[in-house]
Amino acid sequence: MRAIRHIAVNVFRESVRDKVLYNLVFFAVLLISASYLLGQLTAGQDVKIIKDLGLAATSIFGLFIAVFIGIGLVSKEVERRSVYGVLAKPVRRHEFVLGKYLGLVLTLAVNIAVMAVALYLVLGYMAWMTPANVQAAWDAPALDPALLKAVFLIFVELCLITAVALFFSTFSSSILSAVLTFGMFVAGHFDADLKNFDQVVASPAAGALARGMYYVLPNLASFDVKADVVHGQPVPWALMGLATGYGLVYIAMLVLAAMFIFSRRDFK
Amino acid sequence: MQSAIRTEELTKDYAVGFWRKRPHRALDRLSIDVAPGEVFGFLGPNGAGKTTTLKLLMQLIFPTSGRAEILGQPVGAVAVRRRLGYLPENPYFYDYLTAEELLGYFASLFGYVGPERRRRVSMLLDRVGIGAERRMQLRKFSKGMLQRVGIAQALINDPEVVFLDEPMSGLDPVGRREVRALMLELRDRGTTLFFSSHILADAEALCSRVAILAGGRLTAIGQLSELLAFEIRGWELVVADLRPELIDRLGDVVRHHAEIAPGRYALELTLAEPPERLLAEVLGAGARLVALNPLRDTLEDVFMKHVAEASSHRMTTE
Ligand SMILES: Nc1ncnc2c1ncn2[C@@H]1O[C@H](COP(=O)(O)OP(=O)(O)OP(=O)(O)O)[C@@H](O)[C@H]1O
Ligand SMILES: [Mg+2]
Repeated sequence: MRAIRHIAVNVFRESVRDKVLYNLVFFAVLLISASYLLGQLTAGQDVKIIKDLGLAATSIFGLFIAVFIGIGLVSKEVERRSVYGVLAKPVRRHEFVLGKYLGLVLTLAVNIAVMAVALYLVLGYMAWMTPANVQAAWDAPALDPALLKAVFLIFVELCLITAVALFFSTFSSSILSAVLTFGMFVAGHFDADLKNFDQVVASPAAGALARGMYYVLPNLASFDVKADVVHGQPVPWALMGLATGYGLVYIAMLVLAAMFIFSRRDFK
Repeated sequence: MQSAIRTEELTKDYAVGFWRKRPHRALDRLSIDVAPGEVFGFLGPNGAGKTTTLKLLMQLIFPTSGRAEILGQPVGAVAVRRRLGYLPENPYFYDYLTAEELLGYFASLFGYVGPERRRRVSMLLDRVGIGAERRMQLRKFSKGMLQRVGIAQALINDPEVVFLDEPMSGLDPVGRREVRALMLELRDRGTTLFFSSHILADAEALCSRVAILAGGRLTAIGQLSELLAFEIRGWELVVADLRPELIDRLGDVVRHHAEIAPGRYALELTLAEPPERLLAEVLGAGARLVALNPLRDTLEDVFMKHVAEASSHRMTTE
């Protein structure tokens, strides 16, 4: 347990110093702030566009963090052989994997929190500048707490993507892991479409393959409640719970598989 | 007594080739036994399998067959790792940590906290000669500085057994001497040292026992005195007031001669006949004896001979 904690803290410390991270967070905050200008340009002065852009920026930049730093977690350590020093210490290999994962989850949580705070600051400024009667016409209040639901599910989705990155990086090179993880992200968003793919294509083999992939790939669309939140549609707690549970189960499977593979491999 | 390190027929095949993988034997049935407190030198040319052996002992790779034990327990046991230290070949750590943070991190993996952890970290960095640079991120370290950090981290837990893969690599002459002194200090404290090296002078200065590995096979193992003792290859006779024409009369038994000062000669004698007769003859002709020394092979000669034998053996079997 102690080892896991120290490894996680070390991941956090290392990634905080990595310039990549600064740049990503900087651009995300910049984009969120810039959305204010766009909000000014559009008629109706609605905060929708700010919320839309802000959540999208959080999600996309979070994805970059998850992939670029997530891949570095394990495959870069193996490629650069820094893993040799750690694994000669009283650390079990699965503890190493788990510590790495938790460290990145911590990094993600802090970064997403920073972006969410930036978003709320822009929205708060917008609300302060806008007369009450105009605000009354908005679908949802500027500082709508429901935004946090969307942010939370983005976080769960990114934790899942990180687990995917971790899984690939336990046995493949960093570049290959990055490609595979991005691929998984894209495919995961179209996952729901795969279910009924057999009705669109003639070949039964392709249909079966699509159906197989539907069950294997994570269904990332289930974490996407951005549009509902922005338009003031209610997001039921049951849906939140279900999506979170689904994410956790998927993450657990990936992390366990990563531990299993990592514990048996040679470091050449 | 229980061994500190023991391997039994330890073998490692790497899969090589892109399309059709075929096994490449990097280590072939290595059996060695190192007693506690020994300083064991693991020698061999490039590609001999030294690093492979050390990685097997650290369980960074798994053996194809055979087994290995450290302090009586199978390698890989966490309880054993508490009691050992390891310096990897060309060590590399984390770019964005400082030397101090890296050592602190490793110390915490052993459960050291607070002032005890700080004390260990600063003591070891002092010991390996890392001064104010300890607050610098490791990506700015030179190769030799990284090597020093690597040695420090291998000793963070006062290990009973220390494995060093080419400890002198990348060090300047001062650094080498410091590391040599450090190793002697560890030996005097009873630490078992197992290190690979290309620098035979280091092995000669430090080791109680050496093994020579070539092409994945053990070709020689023993006390330095044993390995070197039976390899006398002649005598060196130094005499003064010698008339030079006498040298020609001595014949083929003088392999080589040199005048080192007026009238003073160093003669290298072969083993063809015992030196006593020659000595009598030279002294009978009025010369004075200055010195008579056996010429032994250096470790380098022994090394070259074993490595050459191994490669000719491989050529005939392949
Ligand atoms: N990852 C690997 N994949 C395939 N072959 C390998 C791998 N690592 C080492 N080898 C092979 O195993 C053999 C032994 O290599 P090893 O690194 O153990 O040598 P070494 O004695 O440490 O050499 P050096 O003195 O150069 O460090 C070599 O023939 C090498 O080509
Ligand atoms: Mg080597």
